[in-house]
Amino acid sequence: MYKKLIGHLIVTATAIASLSVIVIIVVVMVNIIAGGMKTFTFQFLTEAPTEGMTSGGIYPAIVGTFFRVMIMTIVGVPIGTITAIYLSEYAKATSRFAQMIRFAVNTLAGVPAIVFGLFGLGFFIQFVGRGMDASLGGDLHWGQPGLLWASLTMALLTLPVVIVSVEEAIRTVPREFREASLALGATKWQTLYKIVIPNAFTGVLTGGILAISRGAGEVAPILFTGAAYYLPHLPSSLSDQFMELGYHIYIMATQSHDVEATRGIQYATTMALLVCTFSLNFIAVILRYRMRKKAKE
Amino acid sequence: MFKNSNKNKIKPLQKKFRWNEFFVEKIIASTSFISFAFIILIFVFVFREALPVFAIGAERKTYTIIEEQETYGDIEDKIINEPSAGSQLESGGSEHEVTISNLLGLDWIPISTKSKYGLIPLFVGSLKVSLIAVLLAAPLAILAALFTAFFAPKWAREILKPSIELLAGFPSVVVGFFALIVLATLTQNIFGYGYRLNAFIGGVALSLSVIPIIYTIAEDALVSVPKTFSEASLALGATTWQTALFVVLPAATPGVFAAILLGIGRAFGETMIVLMVTGNAALTSLNPFEPVRTMSATIGAEMAEVIFGDTHYNVLFLIGSLLFIFTFALNAFAELYIRKKLMKKFKGL
Repeated sequence: MYKKLIGHLIVTATAIASLSVIVIIVVVMVNIIAGGMKTFTFQFLTEAPTEGMTSGGIYPAIVGTFFRVMIMTIVGVPIGTITAIYLSEYAKATSRFAQMIRFAVNTLAGVPAIVFGLFGLGFFIQFVGRGMDASLGGDLHWGQPGLLWASLTMALLTLPVVIVSVEEAIRTVPREFREASLALGATKWQTLYKIVIPNAFTGVLTGGILAISRGAGEVAPILFTGAAYYLPHLPSSLSDQFMELGYHIYIMATQSHDVEATRGIQYATTMALLVCTFSLNFIAVILRYRMRKKAKE
Repeated sequence: MFKNSNKNKIKPLQKKFRWNEFFVEKIIASTSFISFAFIILIFVFVFREALPVFAIGAERKTYTIIEEQETYGDIEDKIINEPSAGSQLESGGSEHEVTISNLLGLDWIPISTKSKYGLIPLFVGSLKVSLIAVLLAAPLAILAALFTAFFAPKWAREILKPSIELLAGFPSVVVGFFALIVLATLTQNIFGYGYRLNAFIGGVALSLSVIPIIYTIAEDALVSVPKTFSEASLALGATTWQTALFVVLPAATPGVFAAILLGIGRAFGETMIVLMVTGNAALTSLNPFEPVRTMSATIGAEMAEVIFGDTHYNVLFLIGSLLFIFTFALNAFAELYIRKKLMKKFKGL
């Protein structure tokens, strides 16, 4: 009797813990959406900030985030996909080289975001950028924070996300597919290119989406590699600084001249970022869920 | 006969060497080498910029520090100033000598005529916030993992798992913003402490980003315990909860422990949340309700303001290196040692 009671208590405790996690998620979302709803209009999304950032919209920040994420994706997703292909198709589990790369990917996933920022500053800006400036004739152009460096830093940060996701997808492609292809005389690369990659395409897509959502939300690495507080114009070249959604939230919430007066803008900006990352993640979760289900069958 | 067949040696079935296959493989292998190369580069470049701190006595360039107050300043002005900032040479008093005792001091006053770079308060701050975060997150996450692994009906599992994945996808600025505006006021009203922004509220906010990590890894560990364990227990007449609590959970302890360690590592390195809600005052105290300044937040707040090559700049890189080493060691320990232990345990059945 009393054992049964304890059992019920334990099950209830775990259920309550799970429920509270869900409640937290819902509360955060509802709070941000409720707070941002009023300011979040079409105009808000398509206007530049005005009157010293106390009114107007977030258009430049959206554009900046979009550019950054695009460059990041163009650089990061192919490299991540190829690495995943190598790890799952070519590498022998015992080879030193493969173990080295696996170790690197795991390490990369654990490096704090702010350290990526330091790396971006120390390597991309100070070393590569300054080096480019020196060889191009001395003007300070690349050797300062800018869109390209911030995007590259971010590509590095999201690399493990892509690799893990694509690798998982490749593993769900049945062995028989490969064997059938090879038995028909296709080479390894032909098999990969015609059979494995098309079948794992969902995974590549999921990896890309997750990387984009992670990259769009991460602010720490761009604090000093390219984000700007306010710019009167949109970035027009890769070496320009840019405004950015996450950075905009941080700045508006902690360092603007009148924090209270801009609360509506802060909420609406947060809502924009949350809606963007949330819907991306949602798509990724569904894609992955379907993929896993298919793999099980 | 024998000799004859030996002479007409049949070529064994051999894979034909194809140049394009060879190149494709090499290209793929070398592309995947990029991740490794960058790990090395991160090591080299973050440490390289930190090294000058230790070049005590050696000749070093000194720069005047732009007279600036301890605000995070008008970044707007900064952008205009930046190109000229690099060229502001000449030393005023070079009081920036960094010694080990300075680094181990209790004061973090980087911008003053007599700068002090004591890392102790920053380290204590990071530790305090991370521990609070993990203490709050671990029980919740592990209980939720137990629930999903043993007790949950299928529909609940199918809501819970994706939801936690979505929580993991919340950008840290969003969590920081929510904590700054809603949670901070709320908890202050409940507990009635003096500072609205402090280590405790930082820990609460951080726990939101730690929960998904601990949950995912702990759940993984619980599920990967061989079925035979629980079947044996159930066959002996134990109930589900007894099996879960006394058989499977102990067997998965190393994995759960790894989950907690990785959670600490994540909390330690997290920047935006702590930057926004811990108050950023470099105090060394054990009181959880006082503001703290963490290592990561220090880098985040100050790096955009320092002059390249200045001592302050190098010290910030030193903090970054320490963060890197710390999280790296924690991850490596969690991965290698504990996973191995877990494997051994199950293989030695």
